[in-house]
Amino acid sequence: MKSYPISIKPFGERAVLIEWPEKVSESILADILDFMDAFKALKIPGWEMSVAYNSLTMVYNQDHIDFEETKNMILECQEKQAKSKKERVQHLWTLPVCYDLEFGMDIEEASKTLGLSVEELIKQHTSHQYVVYGIGFLPGFMYLGGLPSSLEIPRRAEPRLKVQKGSVGLASKQTGIYPQDSPGGWNIIGNCPVDLFNPSKENPCFVKVGDKIQFESISKAEYKLHKIEGEVGIYEPEKVVLNA
Amino acid sequence: MLKVLKAGLYLSIQDLGRFGHRDIGVPIAGAMDVESVKKANLLLENDENDAVLEITMTGPTLQFYTDTYISLSGAHIVATLNNEPIDNYTVIKIGKGDILSYGRLEKGFRGYLAIKGGFQSKKVLDSRSQFYPVTQSPRLKDGDEVPYEETSDYEPKISEVKIDEHFENTSLKVYKGPEFSLLSDSQLMEIFAKPYSVSKENNRMAYQISELIAGHSHSMLTSGTLPGTIQLTPAGRMIILMKDGQTTGGYPRILQLSEESIAVLAQKKYGDELVFKLV
Repeated sequence: MKSYPISIKPFGERAVLIEWPEKVSESILADILDFMDAFKALKIPGWEMSVAYNSLTMVYNQDHIDFEETKNMILECQEKQAKSKKERVQHLWTLPVCYDLEFGMDIEEASKTLGLSVEELIKQHTSHQYVVYGIGFLPGFMYLGGLPSSLEIPRRAEPRLKVQKGSVGLASKQTGIYPQDSPGGWNIIGNCPVDLFNPSKENPCFVKVGDKIQFESISKAEYKLHKIEGEVGIYEPEKVVLNA
Repeated sequence: MLKVLKAGLYLSIQDLGRFGHRDIGVPIAGAMDVESVKKANLLLENDENDAVLEITMTGPTLQFYTDTYISLSGAHIVATLNNEPIDNYTVIKIGKGDILSYGRLEKGFRGYLAIKGGFQSKKVLDSRSQFYPVTQSPRLKDGDEVPYEETSDYEPKISEVKIDEHFENTSLKVYKGPEFSLLSDSQLMEIFAKPYSVSKENNRMAYQISELIAGHSHSMLTSGTLPGTIQLTPAGRMIILMKDGQTTGGYPRILQLSEESIAVLAQKKYGDELVFKLV
């Protein structure tokens, strides 16, 4: 597969921004991940990279950089990317969500706005697989793509000062989970009992960019059980390898 | 061990930051004014990344349980050790039970307290910088204790240094940001032709600018942000991300502060004047 055209821009004294065509697309994301794999294979220490949709921010932690030199290094790496291409292990994670009104305080209003029954909203929300296009905003917050247009609803007119950790929200083309208590303007339709960011674990965030997420509706009793299992550290979210 | 008798406005443990976890949304955190931290650590012959206390405007009252040496840097906040005045940028011997307290803020906004060998709080994800939810609390509270190693026989090589106060100037050096080209000629004129001031909304995450400039209607996909990134909201508000700032954002990144200027801005408070200078 031919790589997409990229543009490389300076971003301060020690970073560059690489941009792919401005679209939310799985094949563009795959191209970015291929580039990252190729760059990591060069084993140049000190670089950290973060993806968000169609862009990659590359920061050199050790020193200021020379932009032209860095740009050439990136272009060379991109040329070699097709040859060095390896299979990536990506996962589909099934994340439980309790859509009970106790957690999903906006679900009734959201269903009304969308012209759906609450049951239909839950059915649609749980029947799609969402691609993780980036992790940012808060530690462990996933930018998910692939929300059906029938669930697109504007953010709330007034943001809440505190949205509870685990809250599952809808806002325009996005759905997602608040990994911690946070102010927020999304319409809250449920809560996921799984910790998306846990700094005491060796791998604080089990999801990776490029993975997929599917939600599964659970009862309040199951919610409580998963919450307790999570607290004692015996809960593992269900996953399958996507590209096996 | 050091005991926080009174924490003051905002007291936190910081080193130079938490690197390598941006890909899971973890901000760098770390000292806001890196220049001042490096100088304080240098005086004690510490590693420049050794953990210090970051003091914001109103200083704390602190008690030391064992002998050590400290140095203060950054903002000028009147400080006393057992009621005797002490100065920034000198090595000060501390005895068991000594009490360090702070008074009036004279210049700058953030002061630093470095200790021989650095504070030894637990490292989380390779750094001691306090940032919630990576660390359990974003800052120190009354009654908290912070460990350090006892030192009673240290001969300081550099007992005092004259310091250029990097934060006295009001001009901030900026580079073009990724969305710089969105700015119209009149917006450019506005940004670079007049002074601005720090809004009430200023903290370790971001500094907002009080004065609005002409807005825009550009929408973009969320993309990476860095400490020092100046975002422009549709309403024309300039928001400068700082050390605890989020790793991604959806507003156009019009400008990027130099790292030196991040340290300068870290010493500004509500109402202080700023001028942007494009490099």
